[in-house]
Amino acid sequence: MSGRVIEPPDPRPDPAVRANLHRAAASWEAGRARAHELVDWETWRDRAQAIRADAVANLPELVDRLEQRVIEVGGHVHRAATAAQANAVVTEICAAAGASMVVKGKSMTTEETGLGEALAAAEITAIETDLGEYVVQQLGQRPSHILAPAVHLSAAQIAELFGRLAGHSFDPDDTRALVAYARGALRERFLEAQVGITGVNFAVAESGTLAIVESEGNVRLCSSLPRVHIAVMGIEKVVRDWAGAAHLVGMVSLAAHGKPAPASTSFVTGPARGGDDGPGELHLVLLDDGRSALRGTELESALHCIRCGACLYACPVYRQMGGHRYGSVYTGPIGAVITPALEGSGAEGSKLAELSSLCGACVEACPVKIPLDDQLVALRAAARERDPRRAEAAVFGAWSRLWSRPGGYRASAATSGRALGPLWRRALRAEPHGWAPRAPFPFAGWTAERDVRLPAARPFHRRWRERRGG
Amino acid sequence: MRVQLFVTCLVDLLYPEVGERTVALLERLGCEVSFPAAQTCCGQPAANSGYPDDARRVAGHFIDVFAATEGPIVAPFGSCIHMVRHHYPRLFADDHERLRLARAVGERTHELAGFIVSELGHDEVGGRYPGPAGATIAYHAECHLLRGLGGGEHPQRLLAGVAGCELVEVERAELCCGFGGTFSLKLPALSAAMADEKLDSALRAGADAIVSTDVGCLMHLEGRARRRGLGLRVHHLVDLLEPSGAL
Repeated sequence: MSGRVIEPPDPRPDPAVRANLHRAAASWEAGRARAHELVDWETWRDRAQAIRADAVANLPELVDRLEQRVIEVGGHVHRAATAAQANAVVTEICAAAGASMVVKGKSMTTEETGLGEALAAAEITAIETDLGEYVVQQLGQRPSHILAPAVHLSAAQIAELFGRLAGHSFDPDDTRALVAYARGALRERFLEAQVGITGVNFAVAESGTLAIVESEGNVRLCSSLPRVHIAVMGIEKVVRDWAGAAHLVGMVSLAAHGKPAPASTSFVTGPARGGDDGPGELHLVLLDDGRSALRGTELESALHCIRCGACLYACPVYRQMGGHRYGSVYTGPIGAVITPALEGSGAEGSKLAELSSLCGACVEACPVKIPLDDQLVALRAAARERDPRRAEAAVFGAWSRLWSRPGGYRASAATSGRALGPLWRRALRAEPHGWAPRAPFPFAGWTAERDVRLPAARPFHRRWRERRGG
Repeated sequence: MRVQLFVTCLVDLLYPEVGERTVALLERLGCEVSFPAAQTCCGQPAANSGYPDDARRVAGHFIDVFAATEGPIVAPFGSCIHMVRHHYPRLFADDHERLRLARAVGERTHELAGFIVSELGHDEVGGRYPGPAGATIAYHAECHLLRGLGGGEHPQRLLAGVAGCELVEVERAELCCGFGGTFSLKLPALSAAMADEKLDSALRAGADAIVSTDVGCLMHLEGRARRRGLGLRVHHLVDLLEPSGAL
């Protein structure tokens, strides 16, 4: 039932997806340049990091305060230690409301819990109302990006899908017609639904306010038209006060799109009161699912993440693979770091840390300065400890013993020089100028795609000794 | 000025000429170069692959060797300097004495181009492109120099003074080339696809050669260019700054 790692990572480039991502990444890069012009980026990052660090450092206290305030303004609060508990709570609320259909705003947290499947098992249909999320739901896929669920698809693919659903064809360049079709298909559902389910970007502990950011207006409809509003959030999304939440709402928009504010932000403080329009019931589900266990570890700062998606667009590996080949709900560098912490991600989750060249582009892009590259290295080390790969561990063990002594280092250099005598060179089909098309273990992976440079017959240290002495 | 050459294992074993040219260049700029003969490797391959104990063993040796010397430690390879400066303090966080030594050694380390520009104060050191004159070259900033050490512009500045070639702008120049150390061995298909993006953007920009300060990137890009039968040449920065340099 786990919604976190659905299948093992498939670490290969996906040329079709890459072309679609190329456009999205270019647009993100333009946004980033704009953001750097709009604000003093480093000052904004420092402030955002401080706000998030304060929230995570004081998490139990702030979550308690949030719970208290939400109850004071008339809401219900449910704490869920696991994904299964969160799904059970949401399913019960829907059943109590007599709902056979619910409308949903985009929420990675409910993707994490696998809420859609859990509701389906209880014969409740969940309709995704974010355009991209609606598209992937209709295709039976999951989001490939934290922020842009359908970023892996081209307009032509979306036009083809809508054509199939509508029974008439669409021009892929006519974005208006595509959006109008989705709007038409969804509008009735908003009016019919008894329950609306959304995520939460930031929850203000001092006032019990839920801030929900969006660009389409569907979240506003989900959280205001149905009789019952259920908001599901990871506990780490809490922030101490309004000033902090306001900064982060701006920051997430800057980091994601290079715009100073989101197209729309809903601030929900309790259910509708008196004769006000809006849901009479508000439920806040606070999900832990392994988050608390990250506190006090080297990975704690991963809880600072504001889910802007910048590290995905910045990541050259994500750009090659697209999100689906990660096999997990959360993808890209931040996905590789947090997925193993989520309950039930298993051994597949820790394989995600390999999907990085450690180039640091994610760290540079991160609006809250999470040291993702160092965390990926820490996760690799943790994975080796749990499951020592004997061949590789033996290679590094032998290597470090040899190369921590000058004699061992020089002997291994000399041996590789000898090993590359005429016989080997012929076997490797080496060219006279030092390149060969194949190589033995552990370098076979290299020559699968590239020619290999062979060790020099006379390494630098020998040349120095011969010509300069000492 | 006396400097300690940290030649780095990949340069030592695979690109010894880069080491020789580095020495020649530093000497031309008035440095007295020492080569601590007991040096091996910084330990980065083990650290990045998740073997911190093995990394500490090799890094510990590096610290022993260079702590016994004096003056700036210069390497023609930014990534190894980043390893010493950034990762050593993390590797030895629980070992007070080693940590102190690691920091002291780390503060003395410099990537070659950064050393020439910032420490020696040269914005131009001459040089000549080692191929046919009139070549167009693309500069590839190694990630650990660009983002890790924040010195990506130093090689570019020095390249501006090289005769016989012209530097061309490449789109998405800051994107990783896909080398990534053991990443290139473990995930060859991804690694090669990233190389292709880099090679293709250099070709689109009309480049005849790619120049960098990381022989890992160079070996990866040249190996891929050869496999694809591309005519692109690949050079270390010192191949241009000191083309005929030798010990």
